[in-house]
Amino acid sequence: MKPAFLLAAATVAVAVLATVPLYANGYQLSLAITLMNYTVLATAWTLFSGPTRYVSLATVAFFGIGAYTAAVLAERMAWPWILLIALAVGLAVALIVGLSTLRLSGVYFVIFTFGLAELIRQIVTWYEVNVTRTLGRYIFVGIDPADIYWQLLGLAVLVFAAGIVIRRSRLGLALRVIGDDETVARHVGINTTIAKVALFALSAAFMTLCGAVMAPRWTYIDPAIAFSPVVSFQVLIMALLGGVHRLYGPLFGVVPLVLLFEFLLARFPNHFSILVGLAFMLIVYAIPQGIVGFVERMVRRKGEAA
Amino acid sequence: MSAPLLEVAGLTRRFGGLVAVDDISLSLQPGEIMGLLGPNGSGKSTVLNLISGALRPDHGSVRLNGHEIGAAAPHRIARLGVARTFQLVRVLGSLNCRENVLAGLAFGRDALWGHPAQQRADELLARVGLAGRANTATAELTYIDQKRLELARALALDPRLLLLDEWLAGLNPTELQDGIALVRSLRGEGLTILLVEHVMDAIRSLCDRCVVMNAGRKIAEGAPDAVLAEAEVIRAYLGDDDA
Repeated sequence: MKPAFLLAAATVAVAVLATVPLYANGYQLSLAITLMNYTVLATAWTLFSGPTRYVSLATVAFFGIGAYTAAVLAERMAWPWILLIALAVGLAVALIVGLSTLRLSGVYFVIFTFGLAELIRQIVTWYEVNVTRTLGRYIFVGIDPADIYWQLLGLAVLVFAAGIVIRRSRLGLALRVIGDDETVARHVGINTTIAKVALFALSAAFMTLCGAVMAPRWTYIDPAIAFSPVVSFQVLIMALLGGVHRLYGPLFGVVPLVLLFEFLLARFPNHFSILVGLAFMLIVYAIPQGIVGFVERMVRRKGEAA
Repeated sequence: MSAPLLEVAGLTRRFGGLVAVDDISLSLQPGEIMGLLGPNGSGKSTVLNLISGALRPDHGSVRLNGHEIGAAAPHRIARLGVARTFQLVRVLGSLNCRENVLAGLAFGRDALWGHPAQQRADELLARVGLAGRANTATAELTYIDQKRLELARALALDPRLLLLDEWLAGLNPTELQDGIALVRSLRGEGLTILLVEHVMDAIRSLCDRCVVMNAGRKIAEGAPDAVLAEAEVIRAYLGDDDA
């Protein structure tokens, strides 16, 4: 397919998606926001973790930082400033964490990122209990669901644009080399630390902004809501189900799983975690390459048979 | 004699109580091929790892064109013009052959990107005998072709010094002759090569000089035939009875 055609198709798709708040009812818009939220998070996750194969569970750490920054600053300044400050905080944390931990690999990195999210949650809790003396905050800003949806759509466009640009750049090749063999990467002249930290920070920046944009959805947040580890796991499952070797892969995991989780939460609220766990195991065992990888292999096999 | 391209002096590296490389000194003239020999575990690969920056020396210096590189990070050393292959062949599995070579072109001394890089990658593939295989997945390559690909990736860095770690090991006799001819042709292009090798045919036909190591120390240095006849070298390989 020609790039011009793809660009036109993408533009039409975004334009159609942008009209959703004009005719959707409250429930449909809420579902669309959830879909868009996880699209941004899972695609941002894949920006870094897809090529490098560093599995991160820090998604909610950055998402929560964004949400909390927005909650603290709400009503004190204009919304764009809040987003900028959230972005700066998220980037700063990502750079510090990236520089200090991206030497870890494999399971150590996974556990560290999980611990990071919990650590930040505990610090925020401690601060709220001991310094501000109130746990939990109300967020009153004049931002309605349609605004949230449009901001998320804008973020999604940015994530995809960033992904496409990186994919075609030297940095994109560097990340794929790192994912295959970090030793080789160093010996062909790649500064692996800079490449990894840059992408980790970029990915974290999108997650942080996403959290900030989503904050007004809740009206009330506390650390347990903003830093819920379930978010990190859900993003991970969605990305894996869709397939992480293509930029658009996570989309194919986000849509079915958001709908599935929605159904499970409505019908089996008490068994939700168990069922999510089962879904996770099924996905990892049955389609380790994700839906996109599975379909690509089928197409290739068909091509060879013909 | 002109200034050496590579000058290693007093190189030492310990792993716990084991002295893997013990006070090794050697130097290579531009355009020279030197063999680094010795029984298994004598520290040859560690020397290559120290020169390429994979490991840092405890003592001693490594100079490339007079510049100290002993404590530099591997990506810096690669950008200064030191390329290497690995004892256990390491191709990049999720990339095709052309992309494997692009990985060497994109970050090296005179980094190339875009169309010129693609063209150069295809030239390099042809250079090592993989013409027309640019879009082949690495999993479909035979062992020698994987080794060829690894060599093309190393050459993509446009190196001054090439480190080959048993690049000729595991090849059948025909492949070995091809491999030797390929390495020899690289010298014709002015490349300086330090190779760790066990294959004696290759050493005799390729190397100008050899350094023999045993238990981390240098036990002999000189022309291949002379070195291989030395009593201490025979003892290191075969034991006292045969010396």
